[in-house]
Amino acid sequence: MNKAIITVVGKDTVGIIARVCTYLAENQVNILDISQTIVQEYFNMMMIVDVNGAEKPFEEMAGDLEKLGEDIGVRIHCQREEIFTAMHRI
Amino acid sequence: MINIFEVNETNQMIERENLDVRTITMGISLLECCDSDLDALNEKIYRRITAQAKDLVATGEAIARDFGVPIVNKRISVTPIALIGGCACRKPEDFVTIAKTLDRAANDVGVNFIGGYSALVSKGMTQADENLIRSIPQALAATEKVCSSVNVGSTKTGLNMDAVRLMGEIVKETAEATKERDSLGCAKLVVFCNAPDDNPFMAGAFHGVTEADAIINVGVSGPGVVKEALKAARGQNFEVLCETIKKTAFKITRVGQLVAQEASKRLGVPFGIIDLSLAPTPAVGDSVAEILEEIGLEKVGAPGTTAALAMLNDQVKKGGVMASSYVGGLSGAFIPVSEDQGMIDAVTVGALSIEKLEAMTCVCSVGLDMIAIPGDTSASTIAGIIADEAAIGMVNQKTTAVRLIPVIGKGVGETAEFGGLLGYAPVIPVNRYSCEGFVGRGGRIPAPIHSFKN
Repeated sequence: MNKAIITVVGKDTVGIIARVCTYLAENQVNILDISQTIVQEYFNMMMIVDVNGAEKPFEEMAGDLEKLGEDIGVRIHCQREEIFTAMHRI
Repeated sequence: MINIFEVNETNQMIERENLDVRTITMGISLLECCDSDLDALNEKIYRRITAQAKDLVATGEAIARDFGVPIVNKRISVTPIALIGGCACRKPEDFVTIAKTLDRAANDVGVNFIGGYSALVSKGMTQADENLIRSIPQALAATEKVCSSVNVGSTKTGLNMDAVRLMGEIVKETAEATKERDSLGCAKLVVFCNAPDDNPFMAGAFHGVTEADAIINVGVSGPGVVKEALKAARGQNFEVLCETIKKTAFKITRVGQLVAQEASKRLGVPFGIIDLSLAPTPAVGDSVAEILEEIGLEKVGAPGTTAALAMLNDQVKKGGVMASSYVGGLSGAFIPVSEDQGMIDAVTVGALSIEKLEAMTCVCSVGLDMIAIPGDTSASTIAGIIADEAAIGMVNQKTTAVRLIPVIGKGVGETAEFGGLLGYAPVIPVNRYSCEGFVGRGGRIPAPIHSFKN
């Protein structure tokens, strides 16, 4: 499976998850896991997604999500999962 | 499965603590380019480099985007040019044409440095080696991206003192040739003892003759990450301190390993080694000196500095070796003065002298690096400093290097500006007593007794 990690950090507002999920659904990206916390009024979310079915190339999606983040006023990163597993799993 | 805290930790390292992959360096063998006709040789070198490295920069950028980790530099190292140019170059000026070819190739593939304008003369110099060395001042003045290195000694062969003396003169001439830019040429010239064949870091990178046709070597960095991790270990004993450094070095190196494997796969070039050096940059917080200060020194250079650095260097290696099966290059902590804000500050306030820096190089990965000295320092004094540093490497069976910048027209208290990653440096005083009689003797210093292991 080709997994990616999407992180969203920024000021909490209505509809952040909805807009990110809508984008993912439109692009055939399956969400495997979501965790979310609020730290000092800051919204902090992480999604693990399966990008196998996605039609767009990975870097285009990462770019789209970054732009979406700018619209909402939060920072969105989309990274391949391997960087996290490499660092945190032996 | 990965959790949100682990993801946040990684991203915080990247965003706030300057975690990056410092360089992907593609080593390219030029042995197949040898030709007795100089024009044909230059043409073959240009074609070989531009064909092999055409996708290097784009691939590096794509990997950086995919993983969300910056890959700061994409570079090339080539077979030492003294070996390649030997059959076509009759005089130093001939070698300069190759330097220009390397510069053109580097520009065309978009890398920011190309290393390997080098000669390996640890025991003796061929005529080609000597011609290349004599061409260095002109070559570095006429090019932007070419880096040069000369290996003047090793534990196995002893020190080639003729080459040491010559390099004293060459460093001085290089400074003169680039004096309008604060003698910047010297920032691209390293004098080694025990030079490794697979070092990805500039200015000392070259593609050794023991290497394959092409190879990917990756240098990881992250002094800022180590420093932040150590904040959590304030006041704790050495066991906790060492454990923290090891764990952090492991994490940093794993990122390098991942990037190296990915680059190797995408470029179809075998993976060579990871160099897990803590390489500072002039950015605030990206400093090895600040790590030492976090460990408990008021200023780097204070008593205890050498011990703290020895411990840091060793723990970085211990953490890193488990993260990658192939660790090589220099691997340890770099202490370049001009590239490290903490070092610059320590020199400026008088906490750090060139003698203390020399002591520090006994226990860390490289040597006297990016140190600005007065422009009127004599060639024999520079040769003496090179000899001292090379002797440390020879006796301790480690790599040492000297990258001194005698800043023409400037003296102690003034500042040399190199710009970009090379930073700036206050001119540091050098012992004024002469070593002319010593370096002028000629010949070799024999290999130390403990090198006879056969």
